[in-house]
Amino acid sequence: MASNYNAKEEDGHQPAAIGHGGAGTVKNKKPDNTAFKQQRLPAWQPILTAGTVLPAFFVIGLIFIPIGIGLFVTSNNIKELEVTLTNYSVWLAIFHPCYNCSQSYSWNSTKPCTCSVPFSLDQPFESNVFMYYGLSNFYQNHRRYVKSRDDSQLNGDKASLKSPSKECEPYRTSDEKPIAPCGAIANSLFNDTLELYYIDPNGSRTAIPLVKKGIAWWTDKHVKFRNPGGNDNLTVVFQGTSKPVNWRKSVYELDPSDPDNNGFINEDFIVWMRTAALPTFRKLYRIIHKKPNMTPTLPLGRYILEVTYNYPVRSFEGRKRMILSTISWMGGKNPFLGIAYITVGSVCFFLGIVLLIIHHKYGNRNHSADIRS
Amino acid sequence: SALSILANLTHVICAFGRDERRVDSRTIYVGHRPCPATDAFIPPKFCDNRIVSSKYTVWNFLPKNLFEQFRRIANFYFLIIFLVQVIVDTPTSPVTSGLPLFFVITVTAIKQGYEDWLRHKADNEVNKYLVTVLEDGRRTRKESEKIKVGDVVEVVEDETFPCDLILLQSSREDETCFVTTASLDGESNHKTHYTVPDTEKGLESLSATVECEQPQPDLYKFVGRIRFVTFFSLCVVSLRSLGPENLLLKGATLKNTQKIYGVAVYSGMETKMALNYQGKSQKRSVVEKSINAFLLVYLCILVSKALVCTTLKYVWQSQPGQEEPWYNQKTQKEKDANLYLNMFTDFLSFMVLFNFIIPVSMYVTVEMQKFLGSFFISWDKDFFDPEIQEGALVNTSDLNEELGQVEYVFTDKTGTLTQNSMEFIECCIDGFQYKNRDSSTELDGFCVTDGPEEEELFLRALCLCHTVQVKESTGQEDGVGDQVDGVLGLDGEMVHPAELRGFIASSPDEVALVKGAMKYGFTFLGMESKNMRVMNRDKDVETYELLHVLNFDPVRRRMSVIVRSNCGDIMLFCKGADSSIFPRVRQEEVDRISMHVERNATEGYRTLCVAYKLLSSEEYAQADAGLREARLALDDREEKLMAVYNQVETGMSLIGATAVEDRLQEEAAETMEALQRAGMKVWVLTGDKMETAKSTCYACRLFQRGTELLELTVRTLEDGGRRREERLHEVLSAFSFSPRSWTSAKQDYGFIIDGATLSLVFNSSPDSSHYKSLFLQICQNCTTVLCCRMAPLQKAQIVNMVKNSKGSPITLSIGDGANDVSMILEAHIGIGIKGKEGRQAVRNSDYAIPKLKHLKKLLLGHGHLYYVRIAHLVQYFFYKNLCFILPQFLYQFFCGSSQQPLYDAAYLTMYNICFTSMPILAYSLLEQHICMEVLMSNATLYRDVAKNAMLRWSPFLYWTLLGVYQGLLFFFGVRFLFSNPALQDNGQVFGNWSYGTIVFTVLVFTVTLKLAMDTRHWTWINHFVIWGSLAFYMVFSFFWGGIIWPFLRQQRLYFVFANMLRSVSAWLVIILLILLSLLPEILLLVLRKPRWPHSRQVRYTHI
Repeated sequence: MASNYNAKEEDGHQPAAIGHGGAGTVKNKKPDNTAFKQQRLPAWQPILTAGTVLPAFFVIGLIFIPIGIGLFVTSNNIKELEVTLTNYSVWLAIFHPCYNCSQSYSWNSTKPCTCSVPFSLDQPFESNVFMYYGLSNFYQNHRRYVKSRDDSQLNGDKASLKSPSKECEPYRTSDEKPIAPCGAIANSLFNDTLELYYIDPNGSRTAIPLVKKGIAWWTDKHVKFRNPGGNDNLTVVFQGTSKPVNWRKSVYELDPSDPDNNGFINEDFIVWMRTAALPTFRKLYRIIHKKPNMTPTLPLGRYILEVTYNYPVRSFEGRKRMILSTISWMGGKNPFLGIAYITVGSVCFFLGIVLLIIHHKYGNRNHSADIRS
Repeated sequence: SALSILANLTHVICAFGRDERRVDSRTIYVGHRPCPATDAFIPPKFCDNRIVSSKYTVWNFLPKNLFEQFRRIANFYFLIIFLVQVIVDTPTSPVTSGLPLFFVITVTAIKQGYEDWLRHKADNEVNKYLVTVLEDGRRTRKESEKIKVGDVVEVVEDETFPCDLILLQSSREDETCFVTTASLDGESNHKTHYTVPDTEKGLESLSATVECEQPQPDLYKFVGRIRFVTFFSLCVVSLRSLGPENLLLKGATLKNTQKIYGVAVYSGMETKMALNYQGKSQKRSVVEKSINAFLLVYLCILVSKALVCTTLKYVWQSQPGQEEPWYNQKTQKEKDANLYLNMFTDFLSFMVLFNFIIPVSMYVTVEMQKFLGSFFISWDKDFFDPEIQEGALVNTSDLNEELGQVEYVFTDKTGTLTQNSMEFIECCIDGFQYKNRDSSTELDGFCVTDGPEEEELFLRALCLCHTVQVKESTGQEDGVGDQVDGVLGLDGEMVHPAELRGFIASSPDEVALVKGAMKYGFTFLGMESKNMRVMNRDKDVETYELLHVLNFDPVRRRMSVIVRSNCGDIMLFCKGADSSIFPRVRQEEVDRISMHVERNATEGYRTLCVAYKLLSSEEYAQADAGLREARLALDDREEKLMAVYNQVETGMSLIGATAVEDRLQEEAAETMEALQRAGMKVWVLTGDKMETAKSTCYACRLFQRGTELLELTVRTLEDGGRRREERLHEVLSAFSFSPRSWTSAKQDYGFIIDGATLSLVFNSSPDSSHYKSLFLQICQNCTTVLCCRMAPLQKAQIVNMVKNSKGSPITLSIGDGANDVSMILEAHIGIGIKGKEGRQAVRNSDYAIPKLKHLKKLLLGHGHLYYVRIAHLVQYFFYKNLCFILPQFLYQFFCGSSQQPLYDAAYLTMYNICFTSMPILAYSLLEQHICMEVLMSNATLYRDVAKNAMLRWSPFLYWTLLGVYQGLLFFFGVRFLFSNPALQDNGQVFGNWSYGTIVFTVLVFTVTLKLAMDTRHWTWINHFVIWGSLAFYMVFSFFWGGIIWPFLRQQRLYFVFANMLRSVSAWLVIILLILLSLLPEILLLVLRKPRWPHSRQVRYTHI
């Protein structure tokens, strides 16, 4: 590395050099005197000290604690009732009305299995009541599962209808015909039927009207999901396609009563197609609208849930349940946010106090430094 | 005696003839005329005169460039990831890693392609240039690239030489020509080159062969000889030696000479210019080593994450009903696949899923930061020097941050600490001191001398013993007016304005001496065809025939001339360092003068001793023969010459000594003091005498009054007549084991060692390493070390020793001359001063500054800031990718370890490219946590970042823990929220993509706000980029989710972001998580005692 030097000593003499030819051409290379180039852009230089941050802690505490209390109260006011349809616990399971169905039912059964689950409400549910079905240990977020869909087919693309995406394998074709809708998600559509009856004190059953529209995202229903060639004559459009292997009826028979809720734009189907984030999830099933008069939507008393048990979960040790819930501005019942806000708010407040003490006790030194400068 | 010389010559020729075919010399037939003396004319094969500096051609650009880019380990790693994504069924599409990689590769390729195109253009300009060649007596024009070795080329004024030429004929009468080598080594002064003697006859009929060494890159070395053959008699040949003064280098320009003829000896890629073209070995910064260490940690994290996930996956799958539930069947192909192959591909898939933890963009950002950041140095107007009209120069941008890490500064003395503009102060003749009180010619002491003869002899010696040229004042030169302003102003600051004579020499000492003699009445008038003319006090012109110049070299440390006076006396005048003169003169003379020399040296003057000797004609003849023989030698010429020189320069008598002052550079002392307060240790490495160097050190305040000096020099070792080695051992041990405790005492120590002792330390055979470590131990405990009497190579040795010592401290070398090049190249950072000694140091440096005083701002200001910037950049990059990928990893526990990505592919790709890259880049370019003025005035602040303080393991651990904490918070915060996914007021539920989007939103805001909290210097650019990035994220998310994209297979994010914003809970959780993740950071900021004590002052100075 150091071999290529040319020796020159302090009191040295090199071969004679003469002339000053280069001196004549003076190029002005003086750097521009701009704020940017000289790194002198005007700048705001915030300094965080105990003094400036202290009020912030108190402010955060004062804002968060009320919000947290509000959230907590709201969440507590939400009424929620869960009805188990498949019980895990072996000892109790046999007493469950749906035990037989859950034990015996498989996709090969031809006859639907039905069971009735009685339950009672301790307090009336006011305003709109939302009916969810919940599944546990169901990995809707498994990668193989999540990608097994063809969104262009669901968007009404006719080419994709006839030749669905490869991602749908092994639910792409059946009997040489393309499956519509293809893929594992569509194939495993939740197909239990849940009906709710109110048992009058006199013993008669009143069916509770369950609204099946308004359960899916508006944009999904109106933009993302579309039937190929409009909503009329779905039978013709889906000619030449096959129904998913696990389905009992074709896609155009999902809701024959309402052309606006049939085919790909069936809301139960759309809700199912939005894959859940966690293996234990709930999905919106029906809405029970508030009655116009002042009577509660679901008065307290006894109810019966009639289940047409089509959906087997025992094979993967899953669990099925039905949830009735009211909804607030923050969504469903979830005490987490309220507790978190209260905690964080209190911590901030507490830290504020600690900092105040530190500031007073040890801050003199810093303070004097501040003054000096 | 003439006969004997001839005999000698023929002897040499015969000896040469035998080993003509040796490979380390080449034979060139001038004009391609076969030499009748040799039997067979085999035209030798030499390369053509094409210069190829370009790396690529149109055809090989793509493969070669790609190959070179993928040789970089990082690029290769990303290529592998990309290929895995293409081949294996992986969770993310190849686009996510292919796009950034493609971007990086393309940008680099375009940059390199453009640079190469420029080189092609420059090459063509040179290669297609038309030159005149003499062919068989006719002048023909041909393209430069067609010149062959042996062609006789004509070059006219202001043309550059097309290849390396031996000067045969010049249009100037004195058979010289002037060239400027500005484009080669930056020295813009004119250099004189000489024609080969005795080539006055016509070139058309010239028949000669040139024998010279094979091409070598040293610009200032050339050995060869030319043999003239007359047609008429085959045996009469004449032989002349050729040296660097006969060689015209390709790239240099002919000046002040109408035209010259020369024979091409080296062509094309074999020219010295081309051989010097090779780039320097690249220096790597310590920060880069830290990055690599961190990368290794992250690679381990990555691999272990992938392993954990793969294991979990197979554990999970082994449970009944989990691997293939009825709702999620495998395809036939997946069922058939081999279990172990599956495991392997699963492992690879996880690697791909988590590979974002090591981002491509970090390399791009670091490169960009360094490249753009280095502009601030060259833009800095404080580095602009009005005298040379230049600012700082950045030769490499890789080392910016290293400027903030310097622990050892090695500085040259002359020209670096001192100005290298010399003034003759006093002289001492025969033991009497003569001092020039003021610039008038009134002489003090001259009247009281005992011998005017001695005086005149001394002054004659000063006038004769040098290689100074007199600037001609005829119209041939630049013109008289120019000369007065330019020449005298530049070179002779002390010259009387009335004097129209300018002296030009490579070394300012010589000019100072000649001028000194002029003040005492002896004026050197110049050379007139080998005659030196001197005007004496009586205004008579004396002429001396210059017989020989025994050139200066750093080993001998002296030079001599042999002249013949009018009356026929042959005299040798010698001047040189005292150490090299004293052993060659009588002892009693030394005693008279040495006291003065030493006193002058302690006053900081540069001293030279002058001696002379009368040569008898026999002595001269012998010397002359020896010199001629040595000059003709083709190999070991230097050694042979040296031997003859040493032989001649003996038995001289000392006539006097001179003292020349070299003034300190502007603010040299302040700069050195600041460097020392900043915790740097300054070592002065000089070739000068100990006394001179010591006084300079005192003047620069490197040594203070209270500094205890430890001397380890030849003098201290020579006590008691024992062997030096023993004594050395004794002294070294005494220094290191003495009861003084190095650490506790406030006593400053200075250490002085000289070259001879140093070589003893390095070379003493048995326990060399022991001495070396002892020596190093002593040196490292001293605040200042002075190494004097150093050869250039020893300077590099010292730097190397410190560089490789324990803890591998960062070293910086600063120098201005060619003798500093070795240490500039050796140190971590080499700084060249654009001084008076040419551009060698500047060319080889990493940074070049006009003055020593600029070093302070370069290190304390720029260096400190650059270090803080890049350290923060690196830590931040690792941190932000850790908390980016950690939720993705945690999600695997909730999705059956199925490699399901948490974030959408667009987010995965854009996170590092768009959403979070700009704020950190702006930060790393503009941040000034303390403003420049404060950094400069408080040198101790430099210690805060010393020893890589911000990139050690503890800060790295802190950042990593912060990343882990935030990643956990992001994931589990949203996880608890999603325990009830009904988050909207219409009861509808969110799915997995909403989950990911909420986490991602929190992530982007948190990491950006974290950076905002770290920013201490908010310019409008910072505001724009930070808030702009966040706004861009929002806009992009709306846009990305607002349209059904026809090219996407899955519309995963369709209206996910908009729906998220409609949910109050999502808003609340986002705010909560951002605040909670930044809370520890805020707390630390507040509780940590103000790290930069002057930050408040900074604010006031700015507002």
